Amino acid sequence: MAKRYTYTLGASTWQFRGLADLLAKATPARSGDRLAGVIAESAEERVVAQMRLAELPLTEFLSEALIPYEQDEVTRLILDTHDKDAFAAISHLTVGDFRNWLLSDHATPESLERLRNGLTPEMVAAVSKLMRNQDLILVAKKCQVTTAFRNTIGLPGHLSTRLQPNHPTDDVSGIAASILDGLLYGNGDAVIGINPATDNVSQTIKLLSLLDDVIQKYDIPTQSCVLTHVTNTLEAIDQGAPVDLVFQSIGGTEATNSSFGFNLATLAEVRDAALSLKRGTVGNNVMYFETGQGSSLSANAHHGIDQQTCEARAYAVARRFDPLLVNTVVGFIGPEYLFDGKEIIRAGLEDHFCGKLLGLPMGCDVCYTNHAEADQNDMDNLLTLLGVAGCTFIMGIPGSDDIMLNYQTTSFHDALYARRVLDLKPAPEFEDWLVRMQIFENGGRYTPSRLLPDRFKAPLKALKRDVGDG
Amino acid sequence: MAETKSLVTENVWRVLRRFTAARIGLGRAGISLPTQELLKFQLAHAQARDAVYFPLDVQRLVGVLRESPAALPGNSPLLLKSQAENRLTYLQRPDLGRALAQESVQHLASYQAPGQEAPVVAIVIVDGLSSTAIQNNAEPMVTRLLQDLEGESETWRLAPLTIVEQGRVAIGDEIGSCLGASLVIVLIGERPGLSSPDSLGIYLTWGPERGLSDARRNCISNVRPDGLSFEQASQRLLYLMRESRRLGISGVSLKDRTDEVVIETTANNKNFLTG
Repeated sequence: MAKRYTYTLGASTWQFRGLADLLAKATPARSGDRLAGVIAESAEERVVAQMRLAELPLTEFLSEALIPYEQDEVTRLILDTHDKDAFAAISHLTVGDFRNWLLSDHATPESLERLRNGLTPEMVAAVSKLMRNQDLILVAKKCQVTTAFRNTIGLPGHLSTRLQPNHPTDDVSGIAASILDGLLYGNGDAVIGINPATDNVSQTIKLLSLLDDVIQKYDIPTQSCVLTHVTNTLEAIDQGAPVDLVFQSIGGTEATNSSFGFNLATLAEVRDAALSLKRGTVGNNVMYFETGQGSSLSANAHHGIDQQTCEARAYAVARRFDPLLVNTVVGFIGPEYLFDGKEIIRAGLEDHFCGKLLGLPMGCDVCYTNHAEADQNDMDNLLTLLGVAGCTFIMGIPGSDDIMLNYQTTSFHDALYARRVLDLKPAPEFEDWLVRMQIFENGGRYTPSRLLPDRFKAPLKALKRDVGDG
Repeated sequence: MAETKSLVTENVWRVLRRFTAARIGLGRAGISLPTQELLKFQLAHAQARDAVYFPLDVQRLVGVLRESPAALPGNSPLLLKSQAENRLTYLQRPDLGRALAQESVQHLASYQAPGQEAPVVAIVIVDGLSSTAIQNNAEPMVTRLLQDLEGESETWRLAPLTIVEQGRVAIGDEIGSCLGASLVIVLIGERPGLSSPDSLGIYLTWGPERGLSDARRNCISNVRPDGLSFEQASQRLLYLMRESRRLGISGVSLKDRTDEVVIETTANNKNFLTG
């Protein structure tokens, strides 16, 4: 029987059916929680739930599992890997105290790093529900998470980009055209990552080879990824394909991950296979995970837990496998989960905060679909806020238009905007390459060269000759 | 003129657009999007938004269908509604868009089929997320399909055409089941892309009934003049219909082998970048 929580305000006493109910009711409003039927029934109930949550000791999260330990391997992972020594620093605090602590000068980059393994996703999700957007930004900015493969991601004052050269038929020249466009706008240090239109092993190998050829020929200090199912990547590795990063979409419950066709053992196996290739030069973070609020509800695997708490639990899965990159694809899922720009912006800041506090290299696909109540201005707002918050990476795509996945994300130009207004550098190894290749003529101002860099003249010339218009 | 032009730095690699519809080589004003490209984007987004929010003009669609050169099943399409009362509800409550409104259930129940035998196929037109897709592409697609069906050796007894407002894909299963059809074909407006506000999706379910999951449906996507043509879509659909009827299945276990291409593992990755 779940523990009940009550709160008395004036003459009325409010009841919450259990910890999951309390967390859900305390969550800032969003359409997905309404769809799931777990949302607060009034604005007042939401704040009362937040007041009750603020009084809850953090230790409560270690004794009250949201999904029973016996039923869910993500719960087992969270509780079995909890570091009690690290937790000791804050074990006496309530959720409300914890917010104060995070905002105080006790929380420094160093103390936050020591605390990481003592935090559970539920503690982090709980405190985020009491925080305003500026709190989420301020605390995330204090968290420093650095990872590495062929370059170093996440250093303070840096922002990386995933170059996303998708094409609706995986045409190699079409993909190469988008890659070149991105590189010449200084994008692609987090990863050059393709969502394949045809999702099978042979196509994966073909695209991996394409990316490897480009990275090798131009000696680019970055890594590649084909965003296919882990089992396809495992088979590609077995067949000798040049796999840098292993991709998988992950969720915060065992049932969500089952619906995605994998479990924790699968991830461990494929990570070992990728590590055995020893393709990293400056580091060994070989995993690339994507997440997003609403995925558990969409898979009917949410166990009555609100979508933001489910999302934070996915970060426990990610953390287990030392990823190079974690990307919350915040506005992709549609308006039934995050209705408008306001909800998307809030969710993006929550996810970034929760991921960073748990020690993840957290990036964000700042994005929306055409049936969401959002537009480019909302994305400008979220991009700027995440840039201030120290977001690890964003997407980069030609003109914001993903012609394969049919949604809008940040463009190559948008990344330059964020660099210029917030003085955010690319990964240092990649920045050196940009200057060496004459792609940036003024590194300090992040200005691309006016003229085509020498190294790219030959391929374009050859092309003109081929089509006879040169 | 030369002076104002110099405000924008153009990209010589824009010629690579012959390989992709992606918005490459846009040039820049400072480091930002030039005005012309900004406005092109805004127009595309406006068209996609209008496709989502403009209600389907049902009467106009009925008029166009009546003038179809193909013989429509039934006298006039049956007009139905989902339980989502308006667009705002529809966007936030997919569950309501999957269920027929009570009046529509009664409307279907009161419909008396002219023949004695149960129909094999029910064709259902659903507004979905793009009224533009339905308004522009439903009639030519239906006409093409009906004409192709007439040329089939097997007989495809057709249920009357239905048109649904504020519907999701799964509502077709309830309709197919009410009409007693063995197979339901749903033509629905897909989530509009920035460059494709008029994309039509076609879904097929064998043995339609309420509550079936996506795994039980086959899908043909991106049907529009600039995507998969009506002719190609009809051929692929006919293949799936024949196979579905022959095997009595649909969904993941029914494979579309019409365009299966073997991709060699040692595929040629030659492109202009790697030479």
